[in-house]
Amino acid sequence: MENLIALLVAAPLLGAAVLLCGGRRLDRSGHWLGTVLAAASFVIGVVLFLDMLGRSADDRALHQHLFSWIPVEGFQADIAFQLDQLSMTFVLLITGVGTLIHVYSIAYMEHDERRRRFFGYLNLFLAAMLLLVIADNYLLLYFGWEGVGLASYLLIGFWQHKPSAATAAKKAFLVNRVGDIGLSIAIMLMFTTFGTFAFGPVLSSVGETGEGTLTAIGLMLLLAACGKSAQVPLQSWLGDAMEGPTPVSALIHAATMVTAGVYLIVRSGAIFNAAPNAQLAVVVVGAVTLLFGAIVGCAKDDIKKALAGSTMSQIGYMILAAGLGPIGYVFAIMHLVTHGFFKAGLFLGAGSVMHGMNDEVDMRKYGGLRTYMPVTFVTFGLGYLAIIGFPGLSGFFSKDKIIESAFAKGGAEGWILGGVALLGAAITAFYMTRVMLMTFFGEKRWQPDAEGQPPHPHESPKSMTIPMVILAFGSVFAGGFFSIGDRFLNWLEPVTGYDHGHAPISAATVTGATVVVLLIGVFLAWAMYGRRPVPVTAPRGSLLTRAARRDLLQDDFNHVVLVRGGEHLTRSLVYVDHTLVDGVVNGTAASVGGLSGRLRKLQNGYARSYAVSMFGGTAVLIAVTLLMRAV
Amino acid sequence: MTGLTTLTTLAANTTSTGEAVQFWILGTVAVIGALCTVLMKRAVHSALCLAATMIILAVFYLANGAYFLGVVQIVVYTGAIMMLFLFVVMLVGVTAADSLKETLKGQRWLAALCGLGFGVLLITGIANASLKNFNGLGAANTAHGGNIEGIAALLFTKYVFAFEITGALLITAAVGAMVLTHRERTERARTQRELAEQRVREGRQLPPLPAPGVYARHNAVDIAGLLPDGTPSELTVSRTLRERGQIRDVSTQALEDLKALERRSEDRLGREGHGGPALPGDRNDSGRDGNDSGRDRGGSGHDQDDCGHDQNDSGRDRDEEEAHR
Amino acid sequence: MSPVNYLYLAALLFTIGAVGVLIRRNAIVVFMCIELMLNACNLALVAFSRMHGNLDGQIIAFFTMVVAAAEVVVGLAIIVSLFRSRHSASVDDASLMKL
Repeated sequence: MENLIALLVAAPLLGAAVLLCGGRRLDRSGHWLGTVLAAASFVIGVVLFLDMLGRSADDRALHQHLFSWIPVEGFQADIAFQLDQLSMTFVLLITGVGTLIHVYSIAYMEHDERRRRFFGYLNLFLAAMLLLVIADNYLLLYFGWEGVGLASYLLIGFWQHKPSAATAAKKAFLVNRVGDIGLSIAIMLMFTTFGTFAFGPVLSSVGETGEGTLTAIGLMLLLAACGKSAQVPLQSWLGDAMEGPTPVSALIHAATMVTAGVYLIVRSGAIFNAAPNAQLAVVVVGAVTLLFGAIVGCAKDDIKKALAGSTMSQIGYMILAAGLGPIGYVFAIMHLVTHGFFKAGLFLGAGSVMHGMNDEVDMRKYGGLRTYMPVTFVTFGLGYLAIIGFPGLSGFFSKDKIIESAFAKGGAEGWILGGVALLGAAITAFYMTRVMLMTFFGEKRWQPDAEGQPPHPHESPKSMTIPMVILAFGSVFAGGFFSIGDRFLNWLEPVTGYDHGHAPISAATVTGATVVVLLIGVFLAWAMYGRRPVPVTAPRGSLLTRAARRDLLQDDFNHVVLVRGGEHLTRSLVYVDHTLVDGVVNGTAASVGGLSGRLRKLQNGYARSYAVSMFGGTAVLIAVTLLMRAV
Repeated sequence: MTGLTTLTTLAANTTSTGEAVQFWILGTVAVIGALCTVLMKRAVHSALCLAATMIILAVFYLANGAYFLGVVQIVVYTGAIMMLFLFVVMLVGVTAADSLKETLKGQRWLAALCGLGFGVLLITGIANASLKNFNGLGAANTAHGGNIEGIAALLFTKYVFAFEITGALLITAAVGAMVLTHRERTERARTQRELAEQRVREGRQLPPLPAPGVYARHNAVDIAGLLPDGTPSELTVSRTLRERGQIRDVSTQALEDLKALERRSEDRLGREGHGGPALPGDRNDSGRDGNDSGRDRGGSGHDQDDCGHDQNDSGRDRDEEEAHR
Repeated sequence: MSPVNYLYLAALLFTIGAVGVLIRRNAIVVFMCIELMLNACNLALVAFSRMHGNLDGQIIAFFTMVVAAAEVVVGLAIIVSLFRSRHSASVDDASLMKL
């Protein structure tokens, strides 16, 4: 059975190779090949899942050693896979949502002449992402990590003829590089500390290692997670990444890739458990990002960017939960899975809306679409209810658990984190309601496009709506399915461990509070956007609104601190190089040259001059000899 | 033989008053000779001064009981080496005097400074050395029956290898000197016919060179023959002498000498005749006579000067020609 | 009188010879000055021989003479060939060591 694991990666990898190398003769059938191979991977995943369910909880992990990658004495890197419950969860999410998005993309990308290449990239992404989650050592994980970074870069910049897309791709790649450096440093630290990269030996020998080293490794891993999962301070790329095609945003920048940071932290849980300072840093990053993303999401008029802010915020929840330690690992992953469903659904819905509205993304130019695209409206609405945590839907169960866990952290920390999480829930309700109201309700604010054609909103074809429907099912029922009887907890607990914590208030109270803040958020949004007509051009807004529209000045901050600072640093270094270093070098050369010029005069070619030197030297030697004897 | 033994003991054990007197007198002369060697203008004089110093050193060797070395010093150094020096000096030019003007800047000062320092250090070193107890050479010289026998015994036993090697060195030196000075003919010697043809081609002095001047009172190769206008012709003198500038110019001196002779004979014969008005002029002539001869003796310098002028002139001519072009 | 005076004389002659080497330009005179220095050494060797009461010093002096003879032969040959090629016996003219 474990021999099937490699096929998980091999199927989409084969698809990527064939599609990218196959040439134009695959233009007409390539998308089917890509979709079929993604589905094949999903089928394999399901087979493995069923097999896993058949074994006892302690015996569920599968291992496959494929071959030795870098066999050097004292440095063993293997291509080896490990499929446990955590990896299995990700495999199913990735292949499942991935397959749905492949299907969706067939219609969405129908008129794009580079559709074959698009599917090749998508398959490449699937292969890399699967490699990331089933790797049994950090080096192979890093390989997959870089692979998804590459796929992300290629897909964000898929419409490279648009300068904004090309720039966004570069930005994403560069910001991710910063995080990747963190991961590579963490791996190097692991190698010097433990002498290996494999998860098993590393995580089991944590107890024998000093806390300082573990904190350093943990902080580096956190940096890596920040880069990949768009957490503060490396969050700036995610909004721009929406320049890519919408299915890409749904798959990579909402459901799967951006959650790799959460996977990394949960996978390395043993390290963080032993390094409380690193864990605190994780929690802080999660809490800050949670609010940051939510605030940004409130101000954006671009539907995809509003959803991107939401993604950032929701991953903030997951990171926060992962930072809570064993209390939160399970719920981080659970929220990750449910979020994968409803966020993918929301993005696909957004894509469907854009499809019907001549690729218009500004929500101020939508309005009243619910009757024109009912399927989209319903699925999007279900996703909306799920994400705000409407009782009974997926988001309610997973987010509520995270808020409970935050309180259960105990002490002042628990109160602060719980408060932040509650506030985040309120803001989530606000901005999602805003998106919902501006898109599907109110009067029509449609504008003709650049060619003067008025939009004719229509429902998307079946291949687009079916995936949306399936995802909507997931959004509605996944949370309840996971939570009732603690199914998800029991499933993951052998891998991640679980701790109840010390909840200062009862779960029911937290749930009640969550529902209350949720209703407040919804009401505020209705009061601002539902009761009054929405202006087509955005009002100037308050200072906070304007800042949030500019992503809370993240790019300005980066520009001032990093770009300008870097320029100044470079300039001063160049100055130092020109004056000090060159001065020393040139001065040495000049002094040597000058000295040589003087010394050259001694070399006048006259034998008698040389004889004088010899004679004088002899005299000095005699003097020295005499002095030595005298002493 | 007995005298020798007493001398030996004397030389070995004590320094007699006689030796002291000898040392101070001859030592002074040796230093003066050395200084003259360094300071004399002409290489010949230097060589002679050096020879004198060496002979004095030979005497010192004898006084120190080194009879064999004393004799060898005279025979080899003064007799052979210094003669070799003189040969070379002759070859290079016996009268060519060095200009003692220093051309290297500061060389003389540096040399003097180094010499002074070196000398002072050397003498200090000797003064500081513990050289108070002497063994004398008496025992050593008598051990094998004499100084020469003693040296022979050492030379052919203890130092026999060094001796053999010096033999090899001497042979090498002789061969080396021959190699250095011997000039291999790289081309066939030109025949007389070819030389004549070359002379014709170059258009220079076709007939044989004229003989040097021969006068009633002078019959020497260094006196140039006179041209019809009375000026001496350098062609008549051997090229070697010409290059050394050793041509004696007697074109005017002979006539003046003759005049002076006539006048003296007139004087002696009793002041008769027509010498009256010519007297002052004659006296002047005789005065100039002396000057001339003096000039002649040291004439080489002048001739060289002339030569230099000629060269300068020719150089100037060439410059002017180039300018014209 | 102490025989050490011979050593002082030798030192004096050596120094005079050395200075002569340095200040004279005529190669022959320079050579003579070298001979003077060698002779000064010989004098010192002979005086040492007397002081120590053995003949080794004299033997060394003898070797010095032989070597000096060889040296003179070769040196004068060099001077002659130098004079032949450069028409001068000045050591300053042979400043070919400087390019």
